[in-house]
Amino acid sequence: MHNFEFVKPSSIADAVAALRQEDAQALSGGQTLMPTMKQRLAAPSVLVSLTGIAEMKGIRASGGVVEIGAATTHAEVAAGAGAYPALTALAGNIGDPAVRNRGTIGGSLANNDPAADYPAAALASGATIVTNAREIAADDFFQGLFTTALEEGEIITAVRFPVPERAAYAKFQQPASRFALTGAFVAKTSAGVRVAITGAGEDGVFRWTDAEAALSGNFSAAVLNGLAAPEDGLIGDLHGTPAYRANLVKVMTQRAVAAA
Amino acid sequence: MTKVTMTVNGATVSGEVEGRTLLSSFLREGLALTGTHVGCDTSQCGACVVHVDGKAVKSCTAFAVDLDGASVTTIEGMANADGSLGVVQQAFQDHHGLQCGFCTPGMVMSAAALLAENSKPTEAEVRHYLEGNICRCTGYHNIIKAVLAASGQDVSGIAAE
Ligand SMILES: Cc1cc2nc3c(=O)[nH]c(=O)nc-3n(C[C@H](O)[C@H](O)[C@H](O)COP(=O)(O)OP(=O)(O)OC[C@H]3O[C@@H](n4cnc5c(N)ncnc54)[C@H](O)[C@@H]3O)c2cc1C
Ligand code: FES
Ligand code: FES
Repeated sequence: MHNFEFVKPSSIADAVAALRQEDAQALSGGQTLMPTMKQRLAAPSVLVSLTGIAEMKGIRASGGVVEIGAATTHAEVAAGAGAYPALTALAGNIGDPAVRNRGTIGGSLANNDPAADYPAAALASGATIVTNAREIAADDFFQGLFTTALEEGEIITAVRFPVPERAAYAKFQQPASRFALTGAFVAKTSAGVRVAITGAGEDGVFRWTDAEAALSGNFSAAVLNGLAAPEDGLIGDLHGTPAYRANLVKVMTQRAVAAA
Repeated sequence: MTKVTMTVNGATVSGEVEGRTLLSSFLREGLALTGTHVGCDTSQCGACVVHVDGKAVKSCTAFAVDLDGASVTTIEGMANADGSLGVVQQAFQDHHGLQCGFCTPGMVMSAAALLAENSKPTEAEVRHYLEGNICRCTGYHNIIKAVLAASGQDVSGIAAE
């Protein structure tokens, strides 16, 4: 790994200022960035740790909304976001305990790995991504593989989840990495049903709109029996063909509906 | 170079580190605590697990400088004060929870973190908690048995495999 200068600011304003330096990059839990730096796929000259910023940590629930600081770890969400049970269950199954003790929700959303779990929760819930500069709707935030609406030097400070009437996440784990081979997050609100799929799409997380329409009329797993997820744009790799993933999209969505 | 100070196994220690110095390197090379093993160095295998402020962390995937002021426990801190094996270590020996021993420091640290959170875990809970710890020798059964035994549960009905 190339060496770098390390800074650990204690406020969002100081972090944003530090990130204006040339080749500066944010470090949160490091569970993705550190392996990437070891492979020299990233070589920042300044690393700005976000984990010393109190205003970016913690979970607040009020008025049907759960707001989570971006530097809150997966383990803290699993233990503390009880107002949104589907989200705590998701957080408690990310990676393994050591990854959950360091990895953060902000790091996961900013990274937008096509097989990550949190993007599915954010998209299905219609969450709002709060940054140092603005608020971004989840529908506008995820923009393809490892790509988001974040500008250079912009950091996620919090994520706001409206708590649905019913919700659940069903994940088919890739057993070696524990990432989602395919995962479906289903959220039902008075406005209808949203279904977000991770692990399967070549462009990362996406909404399965045909299933949303069917489930909005009748929220039952059986209503999806006659529906097939399109294979177009699904990932084909050594773990599974697009057809295999299309089937998983349907099965995982049905399991999530049954569990919601 | 930056100076960092931590409490490691109860003692206050300081050292000069680079930004990129991993906690695993600081422990092994800086403090000569070579009980913490580095298997993969890519956050996959769990051999390097230590406790940071009481929580299991992969020491190959944390920067020493980021943990200034933290309290760290390594496998060297798991023995009893008189030097005899701690409860989890003794259970691994009694139930043949190790063969080559390479994964063992990480296994013991993860198991101890589990038991601190959940003093009587079920077999399924032990298996779920140890998902990030890879063993290439034992086939896991005796590790699971050792952790259940360390929690004070009766394992006489679990066959050795
Ligand atoms: C063994 C293993 C198993 C895993 N399994 C899973 C799994 O099952 N499911 C899953 O979803 N993930 C999994 N992960 C990934 C894990 O959840 C990571 O913690 C997460 O993807 C990144 O979060 P982090 O806090 O570690 O971010 P970092 O690694 O610190 O940063 C990741 C990227 O995001 C940027 N960044 C970080 N925070 C912010 C912010 N607040 N604002 C803007 N940019 C930011 C960084 O600059 C970097 O580019 C696994 C990781 C490992 C090592
Ligand atoms: S050496 Fe750290 S996880 Fe393998
Ligand atoms: S005892 Fe050899 S790797 Fe586990």
